[in-house]
Amino acid sequence: MRMEQHPILQFQRGEKVTFTYNGQEVEGYTTETIAAALHAAGIRKLGTSPELHRPRGLFCAIGNCSSCFMTVNGEPNVRVCVTRVEAGMVVEEQHGRGKVLVDQSASTERREPV
Amino acid sequence: MIRDVEILVIGGGPAGLCAAQAAASLGAQVLICERDYLPGGQLVKQTHKFFGSERQYAGTRGFQIGQKLIADIAGNPRVELLTEATVLGIYEDGIVTVLYQQQHLKIRPQKIIISVGASEKFLAFPGNDLPGVYGAGAVQTLMNVAGVKPAQRVVMVGAGNIGLIVSYQLLQAGVDVACVVEAAPRIGGYLVHASKLRRAGVPILTGHTVKEAYGSDCLEGVTICRLDESWQQIPGTEQEIPCDTLCLAVGLAPLSQLCWQAGCKMAYIRELSGHVPLVSENLETTVPGIYAAGDTSGIEEASSAMVEGRLAGYAAAAALGYQPQEAEEQCRMARQELVELRSGPAGEKIRAGLAKMSKWREEQATC
Repeated sequence: MRMEQHPILQFQRGEKVTFTYNGQEVEGYTTETIAAALHAAGIRKLGTSPELHRPRGLFCAIGNCSSCFMTVNGEPNVRVCVTRVEAGMVVEEQHGRGKVLVDQSASTERREPV
Repeated sequence: MIRDVEILVIGGGPAGLCAAQAAASLGAQVLICERDYLPGGQLVKQTHKFFGSERQYAGTRGFQIGQKLIADIAGNPRVELLTEATVLGIYEDGIVTVLYQQQHLKIRPQKIIISVGASEKFLAFPGNDLPGVYGAGAVQTLMNVAGVKPAQRVVMVGAGNIGLIVSYQLLQAGVDVACVVEAAPRIGGYLVHASKLRRAGVPILTGHTVKEAYGSDCLEGVTICRLDESWQQIPGTEQEIPCDTLCLAVGLAPLSQLCWQAGCKMAYIRELSGHVPLVSENLETTVPGIYAAGDTSGIEEASSAMVEGRLAGYAAAAALGYQPQEAEEQCRMARQELVELRSGPAGEKIRAGLAKMSKWREEQATC
C-alpha cells in the first residue's frame, strides 16, 4: 500500500508504468525500486533460497545483503532493492542460483601473458 | 582510459558530501562515487530533528540536512557526483575501478576518502530468514523514500536510537507497533525518543528477546521471551505476538572492505562496533593518502559523520597544497567539534574506542 498523506514528508512520484511479476501486471513508479513497487502491491516473497528452497524477501533495502535477488528481463541475481522500475520490465521470482548470461560476441579465449 | 582526479570520495552520504564540500572550498577538485541512485545516504530517510549545536544543524530534520548538503555540492563547480557508481576495488598502483552505467571506469586519484558507511547487524533465531524480517533501515527506506506502508503490525527488536526512532516513524506512517523488544536490562537510546513511544502507548520490553519467528511464505508472528541476568532465555515466559513484520535494530557494523583491500592496518574495536582502519587525528589511514570518515571508521551518529567528513576533506586538500594554513585551522576546529559532540555520557563508548584507536595507532607508528 502506498501512503498519500504523511505528517512530515511529501512523496513526489514519477511516471506510473506497468511491469510484470511472474506474468502478472504490477503498477510502479519510475522513481521507485522494484522491491518498493512489489511491496506496495503486497508482494513480499521475492524468490527461494538456492539450497533449502526457503522463501526469501528483502532485508537491507540498500544493496548490501543480496537477500532480494530476482530475475529481471532474463538476468538473474538482480538486487531489486536498488534497481528502479521501468515500463514493461519482466520480473520473476528466482529459484536457484540462476544462469549468468554470457556475451557470445566476447572472446572467451585465455590470453597468454605478454 | 584512466581518469586522473585530485580527490576521490567514495560514498555520498553525510560524511562524503561534507568531505567533498570542505575539500572543494579550499580549491581542490573532487569526484564523488555513490552506489545508490540518490545521494545523501541514510540522512534523506530521517524525519527526526537532530541534536548537537548549530554547526551540526541541531533542530533540523535529517532529510532536510540531506537536501542542504546535496544542494551545496550541486552548486559547486569543483565537485562532480556520479550516482549508481559502485567502487569495485583499490589497487596497489593507486588505480580505483568503478562500475558505472555498464562500464568499467579506471580512476587515478591523488587522495581517497572512504566514507561508505555501515551495514545492519543480524540476529540468530529460528525463522530469521522469512520475508517480513527486515532491517530497521530497510523499513525506513520503504516508507520514507518510496512512501510505501511497510507493514500492518511490527515488532521492533532493539531499543537503541535506531529502534526507537524507526518505531516512532512507523507510527507516523500509520503502522501498528506491537512492542519494542530489548535484550539489555535498560533502554539504550535517548530518553526523549523512548518517551515519545511510551506516550503513544507502545510497550518497551527490556530483558526480552526473540525466541522464534514463524510463518509459511511470509512472517505471521513471533515468539518472544524473557532473559535472565546472564542473557539466557527463561522457559515458561514465552509470548506469541502476531505481526507481519519483525524489524531488527540490533546495531550497525562498519563497511570496511575497501579499507582492508587497500591494505590499511585494521583493528577490531568493540566500542566502534567492528573492524575499523587505524586512523590519525586527521583521519588518514596507515596507507598514505587514504582517509576514512564516518561510520566506516567506527559507528557513531550522522552529526559526527558530517564533522569527520569535513575534517578528512580539509586534511586531504591541505595535503595537496591547497591553503594549508586555512586548512589547518579548519581541521583544528573540526577536531574540537568532535570532542564536544563526544563529551557527554552518550559519548563514553566512542571515547573508549577512540582511546584504543590512538594507542594502537601510536604503537603502529613506532614499530
